[in-house]
Amino acid sequence: MGEQITGADSLVRSLETADVDVVFGIPGGAILPVYDPLMDSTKVRHILVRHEQAAGHAAEGYAAATGRVGVCMATSGPGATNLVTPIADAHMDSVPMVAITGQVPSAAIGTDAFQEADIRGITMPITKHNFLVTNPDEIPRAIAEAFHLASTGRPGPVLVDISKDALQASTEFAWPTEIDLPGYHPVTRPHSKQIREAARAILASRQPVLYVGGGVIRAGASATLRRLAELTGIPVVTTLMARGAFPDSHLQHLGMPGMHGTVAAVGALQKSDLLITLGARFDDRVTGKLSSFAPNASVIHADIDPAEIGKNRHADIPIVGDVAEVIPDLITAIEAEMADGAKPDYADWWGQLNRLRDTYPLGYDLPDDGTLSPQYVIERLGKISGPESIYTAGVGQHQMWAAQFIGYEHPATWLNSGGLGTMGYAVPAAMGAKVGRPDTTVWAVDGDGCFQMTNQELATCSINNIPIKVALINNSSLGMVRQWQTLFYNERYSNTDLHSHSFPDFVKLAEAYGCYGLQATSADEVDSVIEKAMGINDAPVVIDFQVHKDAMVWPMVAAGTSNDELMVARAMAPEWGSDD
Amino acid sequence: MTRHTLSVLVEDKPGVLARVASLFSRRGFNIQSLAVGPTELPDVSRMTIVVNVDRLPLEQVTKQLNKLINVLKIVELDEDSSVQREIMLVKVKANLDTRSHILETVQLFRAKVVDVSNDAVTIEATGAHDKLEALLRVLEPFGVTELVKSGLVAVGRGSRSISERSLRPVDRTA
Repeated sequence: MGEQITGADSLVRSLETADVDVVFGIPGGAILPVYDPLMDSTKVRHILVRHEQAAGHAAEGYAAATGRVGVCMATSGPGATNLVTPIADAHMDSVPMVAITGQVPSAAIGTDAFQEADIRGITMPITKHNFLVTNPDEIPRAIAEAFHLASTGRPGPVLVDISKDALQASTEFAWPTEIDLPGYHPVTRPHSKQIREAARAILASRQPVLYVGGGVIRAGASATLRRLAELTGIPVVTTLMARGAFPDSHLQHLGMPGMHGTVAAVGALQKSDLLITLGARFDDRVTGKLSSFAPNASVIHADIDPAEIGKNRHADIPIVGDVAEVIPDLITAIEAEMADGAKPDYADWWGQLNRLRDTYPLGYDLPDDGTLSPQYVIERLGKISGPESIYTAGVGQHQMWAAQFIGYEHPATWLNSGGLGTMGYAVPAAMGAKVGRPDTTVWAVDGDGCFQMTNQELATCSINNIPIKVALINNSSLGMVRQWQTLFYNERYSNTDLHSHSFPDFVKLAEAYGCYGLQATSADEVDSVIEKAMGINDAPVVIDFQVHKDAMVWPMVAAGTSNDELMVARAMAPEWGSDD
Repeated sequence: MTRHTLSVLVEDKPGVLARVASLFSRRGFNIQSLAVGPTELPDVSRMTIVVNVDRLPLEQVTKQLNKLINVLKIVELDEDSSVQREIMLVKVKANLDTRSHILETVQLFRAKVVDVSNDAVTIEATGAHDKLEALLRVLEPFGVTELVKSGLVAVGRGSRSISERSLRPVDRTA
């Protein structure tokens, strides 16, 4: 008989064997057995957060910044339900994450016991897969399978719920030598026939666009994407989830498409005759009204998840596979076609696109009253901190401006909640990113609404020496909602005024949490306060940028309308030009 | 919308029925009938699911089903190339005047009476969807007081078995 240990010991050993170096979590009754051996682990660092939602977002930030699986832990009942939001977030944005929850003892399951919640049932629709483990012998296999599922194929969150009695019972540790999941075989290798067909379509097209989604970042395929783009000379657009997948400074980059995309990027998709879709999913925020999206385009759609292909838009050339394998194969096939004499000629196309890009660059007006422009703050932050930094964002106006006005040159430097749109993501995600990449400057670009949902984690950052920097774009309101009220609800500002230029005092709040608290209220203070924050590395910094509240995010495609109805400013449509 | 019969091989794991059923409901599909049972393979169950849905959304829901880790294989069985059966138990009011009529109907449909009391008979009938519907239409005037159906089960015609290759990699590229 082998060494007898507890289920909790076995779990900690499993995490060590899975190469976990950090877990974000909070203990409680049902998960308590795990926290005892966890205290002695020299490999797994546990970071005690202040709210389980933050544990989940921190795991997401860690995963997005490093490409490794993020891990969070919580107790049963409310601990587990507090993880629901970040799990749903990770599911929407394909973030590799393993969530471990304690469950009430197996004999009590189903009896409405204290702190009981059917977290496996609750998270079924928002996880890639989940497990309920009541037998201690099954803990290593469940953990091994969870990490395999989270990190392979289309990444996603996996939850492992373990009953307290299984954690307390004795067992032997046996790490599975192989993963046996007969119903799970993600296709990574693309079909060569589809690749050839795609290569021919690309070379035959006159107005192609590389429509690049977050899958390219998850696949680590940025470098090969660049080779493909430069080989063909085809214009590139990067979605909100793909910012950084292709350098913003590259001449072939037209920027972000979608609801708040650039005129050139939106226009390129609308006028295109061929969308080369790589790891993107035709989200409604990109397509606008689906029936009028890219009306003349044929579609090549490459994705590792077959269910994405044809879900929203018919794919003329579907390619199931990992974009990290699809793109090199495409390059080889295109090179072969070119060797046979095929020659891409996109000069006319670039003529149209350059005109759009030159006529309608991203920009903003400074407020008339001398108050601080939020776009200016974000633009300066990007310039001063630079493209080697990581930027996380909450959700709303500040998120869109951060996507628009910071120049991204590298993958995994822009972390945000794209699919679920989770306010409060920025601070805990920045914390997780900083833990995963401690030598990188990590900025949370946050709004005053978002910040007040998760700023308690500043305590976690101060105590655990995680010196993140927060650029609080404080417009004293729920800015994006306010923008919609301005545009669509006759400027009736129902419940969007947060009064956060006065309540709370964010400088004092930062200081109360052991952070440096700075403030800027005018343009001439912006550079110096950012530079001051750049010089601080012994504690987190919060800069309260008190900005103009009437600034709006432009361009904009109103929800449910066609991309053709994009506005560059209020009641101002771009001149698209003729199609020839 | 058209009727489609899906045979779904799943690992016999706790919660698998909930995973499959909730996927249909959250993607907005109504399951018309669902039958679950063991197969010739240990640890593998088979679900036969009948849905009313157009071709394109059916393809999408099939792909989503395929993503469930416990789902091993999905095959659509059309009526021409498969044997489809459902069992129905129906309790019908029967008095001295109507009983012989009812028994005649039972014989015509090759159904059988499985229970008799003074004022009712219980009929067992097996068949494809349309046959059972037809029988019900004839029985309804007598007064149907209780009705229960098993849900459709179906198997492809010919010698091939859908589970033959089920434990090998499933083609998910479709």
